[in-house]
Amino acid sequence: MADKKKFDFRRIKQHHLFLPIICLIVVLLSNLIKTPDFFSISIRDGVLYGYIIDVINRASELVILAVGMTLVTAASGGQDISVGAVMAVAAAVCCQILSGGQTSVDVMQSPLIIAVIAAVLAAALCGAFNGFLVSHLNIQPMVATLILYTAGRGIAQLITQGQITYIRDNAYSMWGSALPNLIFPLPVYFAIVVVVIVSIILKKSALGLYIESVGINANASRLIGLNARRIKFITYVICGVLAGIAGFVASSRIYSADANNIGLNLEMDAILAVALGGNILSGGKFSIAGSVIGAYTIQALTTTLYAMSVSSDQLPVYKAIVVVIIVTMQSPVFQKYVNKIKLNRAMAKEKQRRGNAV
Amino acid sequence: MKKRFLSMLMASAMCLSLAACGGGANNDGGGSAASGSGTGGGDELITVGFSQVGAESDWRTANTESMKSTFSEENGYKLIFDDAQQKQENQITAIRNFIQQDVDYIMLAPVTETGWDTVLQEAYDAGIPVIIVDRMVDVSDEELYTSWIGTDALLEGRKAAEWLNAYATAKGWDASEINIAHIQGTMGSTAQIGRTQGLEEGIEKYGWNLLSQQCGEFTQAKGQEVMESMLKQYDNINVVYCENDNEAFGAIDAIEAAGKKVGTDIKNGEILVISFDTTNAGLTDVLEGKIVCNVECNPLHGPRAEELIKAMEAGEEVEKLTYVDEEIFAYDDTVKSVTATNSLDKEGEYAVTKLTQEILDGRAY
Repeated sequence: MADKKKFDFRRIKQHHLFLPIICLIVVLLSNLIKTPDFFSISIRDGVLYGYIIDVINRASELVILAVGMTLVTAASGGQDISVGAVMAVAAAVCCQILSGGQTSVDVMQSPLIIAVIAAVLAAALCGAFNGFLVSHLNIQPMVATLILYTAGRGIAQLITQGQITYIRDNAYSMWGSALPNLIFPLPVYFAIVVVVIVSIILKKSALGLYIESVGINANASRLIGLNARRIKFITYVICGVLAGIAGFVASSRIYSADANNIGLNLEMDAILAVALGGNILSGGKFSIAGSVIGAYTIQALTTTLYAMSVSSDQLPVYKAIVVVIIVTMQSPVFQKYVNKIKLNRAMAKEKQRRGNAV
Repeated sequence: MKKRFLSMLMASAMCLSLAACGGGANNDGGGSAASGSGTGGGDELITVGFSQVGAESDWRTANTESMKSTFSEENGYKLIFDDAQQKQENQITAIRNFIQQDVDYIMLAPVTETGWDTVLQEAYDAGIPVIIVDRMVDVSDEELYTSWIGTDALLEGRKAAEWLNAYATAKGWDASEINIAHIQGTMGSTAQIGRTQGLEEGIEKYGWNLLSQQCGEFTQAKGQEVMESMLKQYDNINVVYCENDNEAFGAIDAIEAAGKKVGTDIKNGEILVISFDTTNAGLTDVLEGKIVCNVECNPLHGPRAEELIKAMEAGEEVEKLTYVDEEIFAYDDTVKSVTATNSLDKEGEYAVTKLTQEILDGRAY
């Protein structure tokens, strides 16, 4: 019996999500030291309220981005660093259509659905541009997406004419806030829907398998009849679309399009989420679940530091330290090293035991 | 052969991009260029390069507009406007471009205080006077810039603190009952340093409780996120001191989402919001009583900048520090005026205006 239990634990330990989950739990539990009521959840107007809910709510955009980033990473072995800027473009398109060209309106000037579709289409176009550069011109992903990384916010500013466009209409701002009796704030549902839909597509079609195969060896995939180019292209378009959705969520939170700040530095967090989720950044096998957990870990860290009242100018330092520790823990070299120490210790023990026996 | 072709290609690409930059700047600079060029006559235009931080807030937009309308071609200026999108490296590039284009004056609204020595030295060596706008620069040699125009952030902070004290006294609140949550601006910016110091002096002087201090980076999204966290941490916050209106909007959203109310009745659980910048949207909130006190940070620097440039054109010496006049707006008239000391250690009495719809409608921004 005992033997079987041990066996099970080892299997859990070897599961690819084991370390990401442990990291998330450790980050969350560290709150018990300074903020014992971190885990307390109350209900206000039928909506859950508490630090944990903040983590889940605030991480929504990052989760959506991380899903797209995972696919791009897996297929092309590189990252799309333009997602933050694409978010700003989508938000700008959405708000500009809703405001009908004004800087601040109290009532939406055009139907929300049209604005959202246009925003997502604009983001998809950005994704297609990135995808074309990467898959058809074979430009390094990081270099190809650098173009929109720098130009994207400029485009967004051009669309909003350098202003912050405000849509002070409840029908818009409700998408970024909590509605009574819906348990979670709305952005959470966006994240859930995105994760579920993408997972279903990957599971039900062979796309997931194709992406992995292209990521592992694009040439071999081409030789067995996969259109490697098209698959890479598709992942970038998906990534763009998701960035567009994230942009809409971020913009509805502040009922405005702030071209300079929406999604600022979020691309780096998204890449980090992919890495924290145990995915290999050079492509191939991937785990959406891992990236999602990674995204929640990053937001948990931010919220934790807020809860601990860490002085704001020191915040990035703490974040960096924790990230370094987590990434090191997950690196294969470090794990090998730990295993070696364990082995040595076990051997020394064994030796001692034998010595004693003799 | 191949190399030569490549270098030619690169060179032509560079020319093209330069031309594109020039074109863009012209478009940005003279919004009314088309109508003004006829009346300009034979006069030489004074070329002014202006490196603006970005368009992060309504305030900044008003500031940009003020500059653009003042330095128009009708008034005898050619303004080359550069939007740095919150990046210091963009501003440094812009200043170097201005020097290369040999402009007559450079105006710089710096994103942070430090790191300007090298590029300002270059402008100084080129003999181009530099006017610093809004935020201050921290350079080893003050000769590197000719003059500074801006708002007195420390005075603004002191005004707000004095107002809070006067308001609390008038309402009969004890200092120990006042629990402040402080949402700071982008760390290191002049506005943040001055406004934070103003509040901290007030806390020391009057003995209020400072519960929490966090950075909201002058944006609505961060202000909302930070406030959300503070509300969970402390049950008894009754004053929120936001360092600009955008942060205040975010904070108000977070307060309302948490099921609390903003207002003046702090004895009954309402939260009093103090803010800065007096943007149009910010003052609308003052009118509704969501923000109770809003200290102006006047963005209309154009006229003062023009005065300076005119003085320099006439060969006069100009003051190193120039402040623009700023007001205080409040929801009610409990406090009529406050006494505060400005950065030049001059004490003055400043009237507090009770905001009405007429005043709001009559404002330029």
